[in-house]
Amino acid sequence: MLNLARLAWRPAACRPSAHGARRSFASAGVPLSRFVGAQTPYTHECSFYYPHVHDLPAAMPVFRLMDDEGVAVAGGVLPDLDEPTCVRMMETMVSVNEFDKVFFDAQRQGRLSFYFTNRGEEACAVGSCAALKLEDWIWPQYRELGAIFWRGYTYEEAANQCCHNELDMTKGRQLPMHIGSPEKYSMYVKSNLGQQVPAANGAAYFQKLLGKERCAITYFGEGCASEGDIPSALNIAAVHGCPTIFFCRNNGYAISTHTDDQYKSDGIAPRGVAFGMPSIRVDGNDIFAVYAATARAREIAVREGKPTMIEAMSYRINSHSTSDDDSKYRRSESPEAGYDSERDYWEARSPIVRFGKHLIAKGWWSAQREDDLRKVLRKRAITALNDAEKIPQPHPKHLYTDVFDTIPWHLELQQATLKDHLTRYRKHYPDVSDEHINSL
Amino acid sequence: MLRPQARRAIGRVSLSRRLSSQVPATAKMTMFAAINDAMRVALATDPRAVVFGEDVAFGGVFRCTMGLLEEFGKERVLNMPINEQGLVGFGIGMAAVGGTAIAEVQFADYIFPAMDQICNEAAKFRYRSGGEFDVGGLTIRAPANAVGHGGHYHSQSPEAYFAHTPGLKVVYPRDAITAKGLLLACIRDRNPCIFFEPKVLYRSSVQEVPTGDFMLPLGKAEVLTEGSDITLVAWGAQVHVMLKAAARAAEEGISVECIDLATILPWDMHTIRDSVRKTGRLVVTHEAPLTAGFGAEICATIQTHCFDSLEAPIARVCGADTPFPLALEKLYLPDELKVYDAIKQAVSY
Ligand SMILES: Cc1ncc(C[n+]2csc(CCOP(=O)(O)OP(=O)(O)O)c2C)c(N)n1
Ligand SMILES: [Mg+2]
Repeated sequence: MLNLARLAWRPAACRPSAHGARRSFASAGVPLSRFVGAQTPYTHECSFYYPHVHDLPAAMPVFRLMDDEGVAVAGGVLPDLDEPTCVRMMETMVSVNEFDKVFFDAQRQGRLSFYFTNRGEEACAVGSCAALKLEDWIWPQYRELGAIFWRGYTYEEAANQCCHNELDMTKGRQLPMHIGSPEKYSMYVKSNLGQQVPAANGAAYFQKLLGKERCAITYFGEGCASEGDIPSALNIAAVHGCPTIFFCRNNGYAISTHTDDQYKSDGIAPRGVAFGMPSIRVDGNDIFAVYAATARAREIAVREGKPTMIEAMSYRINSHSTSDDDSKYRRSESPEAGYDSERDYWEARSPIVRFGKHLIAKGWWSAQREDDLRKVLRKRAITALNDAEKIPQPHPKHLYTDVFDTIPWHLELQQATLKDHLTRYRKHYPDVSDEHINSL
Repeated sequence: MLRPQARRAIGRVSLSRRLSSQVPATAKMTMFAAINDAMRVALATDPRAVVFGEDVAFGGVFRCTMGLLEEFGKERVLNMPINEQGLVGFGIGMAAVGGTAIAEVQFADYIFPAMDQICNEAAKFRYRSGGEFDVGGLTIRAPANAVGHGGHYHSQSPEAYFAHTPGLKVVYPRDAITAKGLLLACIRDRNPCIFFEPKVLYRSSVQEVPTGDFMLPLGKAEVLTEGSDITLVAWGAQVHVMLKAAARAAEEGISVECIDLATILPWDMHTIRDSVRKTGRLVVTHEAPLTAGFGAEICATIQTHCFDSLEAPIARVCGADTPFPLALEKLYLPDELKVYDAIKQAVSY
């Protein structure tokens, strides 16, 4: 039987031109993207597909403003960003990358229980967050360190969280990189997939109810998009006009699972249209495109009172986390000749490389400057890690705090029982200080 | 439509016949290899068996499905999109029409999106159809228990939620041998089963495991050490904590009877009752939080049946009534010394 969904994956040139009449991108000669999650034509138009207005093409194009070499594409309208802003965007991406390197290695050395990197996907978080206002709520998945760094979250804060010490604002309760911050309007990362997405609707809707020109952005992977929470959220958002930006990072893999096993749709973006919201696919490695699409999505949220879907195409260069060996499942072939592997191909197109080239051509950046910055950042990350490791672990009383607003009798009893136990068996618990036991 | 009896007859051999087979050959296996072997046997002996879950195609994040796709093909070993309610529902439907559905939920902590499918569908399928339908062919495997650094979402022991839903069997192996025998029994049992695998034991439990077809009975507790002063009950990874605490107490001349409950539901009340009637004391220990943990059910039932024999209050040594922590995991857990202390208090009551 003819499988239409599969057909949508084929280069536009292979298919009849029925849809080509609708959107110019489908004409032959337009370069095709090679993302794992969808190989569709590029477009320089930052146009969202509006349900009931635009016909959905069989293959949604990928909006980009810079090509793989960081050169502005013809016809594209670059966002109006000044030098300091562009440089800050670049610096934030590099700061994510340097933090990742130090903390990934630290896990390998047994200094952290767990870590995962953002490598290759830095532009998704930084570019989108740069287009938002501080008070727009962030509901993250987990690979969005750049979003909170953009808002000024520090290496030291992240290091304390990763080392779950007593300065970690979450009192050492979650895995490394499960970060968040009320001051940065960012909810906490957690390990379970999907639940943040419907919640973002409530937060977004409530801003609207209060008459604030604010929105909420929620991030999720293309794997997470398979969870029931996501279509549930899309429907409610559209029905109630929640100013929610659904930002899907499509990096080709969900742990070992290739997008071939994750969905047969044309990626994730058309699902936004299907549920009734303006939707776009962007090149997630092009920070200008991510910025421009998110800026437009924010406008739609606060001016039109509508949710939007942004599918940002990217590539997960590193393993899923420190817990898996990606050589067991990562596909090896480069999508185009000239590269040793799929990973090499994408590494060469990674957002830092591309934006770096663009800024260098503009005279706003240089290889030397990046080198110097990387050295400084690396030192700062190492210092932050070393310092965080020296800080004591959280007080044992924090086993019982924050379960409820106040501690009920049964937890008081359990705390007292633990204190009594630790007092009687002190020498068996060398990791717990006398002071902590006495003050429990 | 196939009647239940007819469905049962297809391709199945009765439990008792398998159990009575001769002493089997063994091979050295880790627990994950034993689980893998159980699924291999299931797939090889039952053409209706299908294995599916997130990341199972490449062998699963804990390597339990390694090699199965290569051996049995991608029609019977399916990578699932990340959707627990969807994949459990898939298993329910398959089982309802006679399939043998072996689902993997990547972590027990991620079973909650499938709660409705499990508790409102799988558990009630037989009852609500007057026994005309059932999903007995469904088995859900999920790694559970603490692992030392898992935090909130890679550590939980959610057995009590499922024990509270009539219609589900809930099972916990304690090592490689019981993992193989109990998993194969779950797969062939004619009730939906949830099989919690103590993830900390996947690699650390290495045993001579019977090769080929091998099952252990569900609903049977196992007395691991006989004793006369006190009875201890645990399941999953906590069995090993219990055994260490018992050994520590034994050095002081306390004779401890250690019981692995193994099947949480239907639980083996009689074995524990008989033991407590003999020892007069009972300590139940589990990783899950104390309040409304399955230990509460055991304590309540045993005090009803053993009131006249009890020499000391029944005690529970359990996880704290808090979410599962990270930095403070060691203090949260019912460790060896806490169990030992409970033994001491009970015998000196
Ligand atoms: C409810 C739930 N099911 C399964 C998992 C296990 N898990 C953690 S991350 C992950 C893959 C997620 O992939 P994707 O959403 O594409 O994000 P990426 O890691 O690629 O950024 C899985 C299956 C989980 N954390 N939560
Ligand atoms: Mg992904």
